[in-house]
Amino acid sequence: MDLVQLQRQFVDYTTSLFNEGFLDDQFNQLQQLQDESNPDFVVEVVSLFFEDSERHLNELTQSLEQQNIDFKRIDAHVHQLKGSSSSIGAQRVQKECINFRGYCEEKNIEGCRKCLQQVKHEYVLVKNKLETLFKLEQQIIAAGGSI
Amino acid sequence: MDKKISTALVVDDNTVNQRIHRKLLDNLGIQSETVANGKEAVDVHISGKNFDLILMDLEMPIMNGIEATRKLREMGIRSMIAGVSTRSLEEEKQEFMKAGLDDFQEKPLTVAKLVSILHKLNRK
Repeated sequence: MDLVQLQRQFVDYTTSLFNEGFLDDQFNQLQQLQDESNPDFVVEVVSLFFEDSERHLNELTQSLEQQNIDFKRIDAHVHQLKGSSSSIGAQRVQKECINFRGYCEEKNIEGCRKCLQQVKHEYVLVKNKLETLFKLEQQIIAAGGSI
Repeated sequence: MDKKISTALVVDDNTVNQRIHRKLLDNLGIQSETVANGKEAVDVHISGKNFDLILMDLEMPIMNGIEATRKLREMGIRSMIAGVSTRSLEEEKQEFMKAGLDDFQEKPLTVAKLVSILHKLNRK
């Protein structure tokens, strides 16, 4: 694939991520912060988001398997996940976290378990999408182009 | 004359937010430090450090933003403190403001919101 095709693919793919609700304007804000002094800023922050999210999702999985559910602890993890996803523009993850917090407030175990599955599902989707986006970026740069 | 804002303290328990807030400040030429909760924010001031601006999250472990803001004002800290939170309950926001905030912005923080905070600081 030549450079022009790659750049077109990148633009189309990015547009689809916004149209399908995976990303919102906050992702644009992150891209605007990137500059020569921090050329990998977006990748750096998104990688932090991945690490952070996986840690919280593991904690949530363990917490919801306990005999005595600590809803306060669960809510604290979901709050963190909601914060991170909002900050990078991962809209669908953020929305599921909002639902999740609702079930925590109601102390609804089944609701929380269902939400956890939804959050995991949306997280895996957005992670794959962002990794594909970054791979496209790398291909463009390797071909001598720019974003 | 515009006040020169050169230093800031980011008080947030979320590492993603810490990184983004620091970059926002860095792009505006403001040097920053980060701490992960209200108690660390208080401790850093007890150690003698001072900042032109404090970006204070609300919900944090050990000591939340409301308590930390209150404590800092009791200590005589006159820095601009801007609350930055996703919490949108009006009651909580009022309590946060009453604790001693100069401004409040809803997360996620953007360039426009930070510039708005800085303009307020200049008018202070």
